[in-house]
Amino acid sequence: MEVPILKQGNYLIASIQAALSDADLLRLRDDLAQRVGRFRSKGVIIDVTVLDVMDSFAVRTLRSIGQILKMRGAETVIVGIQPEVAFAMVQLGLSLTDVWTALDLEEALSFLDRLAKAGHPDE
Amino acid sequence: MATRDKEKSATVARVPAQETRSDDTVALLRELVAHLRANRTELREHWARRITEAKLLTAMTKEEIFAEATSVYDNYVEVLETGSVDALQAYARNLSERIIPRGVETHEVVGIVLLLRDVLARSLFGKYKQDFALLNRVLDAYEPAANRIANTVAVGFVQERERIIRQQQEAIRELSTPVLQVRERLLILPIIGVVDAQRARQLTEQLLRGIRSNRAKVVVIDITGVPAVDSKVANHLVQTVEASRLLGATVIVTGLSSEIAQTLVTIGVDLAKMKTVGDLQGGIEEAERLLGYQVTQVSEPKPSLEQAK
Repeated sequence: MEVPILKQGNYLIASIQAALSDADLLRLRDDLAQRVGRFRSKGVIIDVTVLDVMDSFAVRTLRSIGQILKMRGAETVIVGIQPEVAFAMVQLGLSLTDVWTALDLEEALSFLDRLAKAGHPDE
Repeated sequence: MATRDKEKSATVARVPAQETRSDDTVALLRELVAHLRANRTELREHWARRITEAKLLTAMTKEEIFAEATSVYDNYVEVLETGSVDALQAYARNLSERIIPRGVETHEVVGIVLLLRDVLARSLFGKYKQDFALLNRVLDAYEPAANRIANTVAVGFVQERERIIRQQQEAIRELSTPVLQVRERLLILPIIGVVDAQRARQLTEQLLRGIRSNRAKVVVIDITGVPAVDSKVANHLVQTVEASRLLGATVIVTGLSSEIAQTLVTIGVDLAKMKTVGDLQGGIEEAERLLGYQVTQVSEPKPSLEQAK
């Protein structure tokens, strides 16, 4: 199932609609990498609210998305991780580095705005 | 009350209330009971003496021991007579309820019942020493019944203890830690008491839910009330901080005493991922800074009501 990617000003929003297979995740990675270049986006928001499982492959892919997009000049924000998923992830030792995390879309947008104003990502 | 009934039926299921006895056994046991009734005072005193000698039930006075010994003795004889442990079961539970708060241990309870078994067996040896064959048959009848009694009392005691432990665990769980909002988007989580794996899990779940429902951006976890922090607790803390970050919240840990800080450095826990501030006040101030609040005093403190009167 393809993940729709919406353009919103300087940002891209990828809103995951259903559980994703490994192939879907890789396609999302490639799509984002390509579109960030095409739209010259400064930030990408990936909404994972619907995911109630986050396995090591998903975490690794999200991490690599963060690294790739960084090289293409965009920050990545993951939003909507469920409390249970977050807990399971830390218990399994899956650390989601190289990306930002925020509670929801609204948070992520205001975070990216602030980031753009400050010029440098430093929390 | 419901749990008690359930436990009772569980006991009944494990120890059959009514054993099947052959006619011969019934006759022998009847004779036995008559013997025990006839020598009640002497045997009971002998038993109470043995209990004191063995230094069991030290938490109780001599008079109490004698009173309980009398009740146990009568119950014991009754079980031998009727073959039904129901009354004994109820009595054992009642006894346990009374003596557990006074610190009586399992080995003491088992010990006194085994002593009684021994005292009575010796008295039987004395009575039937002329007729070895008869003694054998008497013991055949006596031993299974006596074992069942010992079993019943021990199980009753242990069950009562487990019930108390469960009750206390429940109480601790209910006293668990609140997640409090002190400002818009700022939560505090004061942790008091020992943190074990289960509690850490519960705390984290509660905090994550709190972060979501209050849309918190910053959380201050205060561990002033945690008596000891070892690598396990530190690990739980790191996990909580990580999980909160995944929900987009920053965590500030406060209240690390100098001893705890030294221990953590000595055992080499990596707290680099955590923001730490000395005390709760400092933590809240830091959180306010992160959230863009600025708290300033606009006037002199108002006089308190007592002074105004």
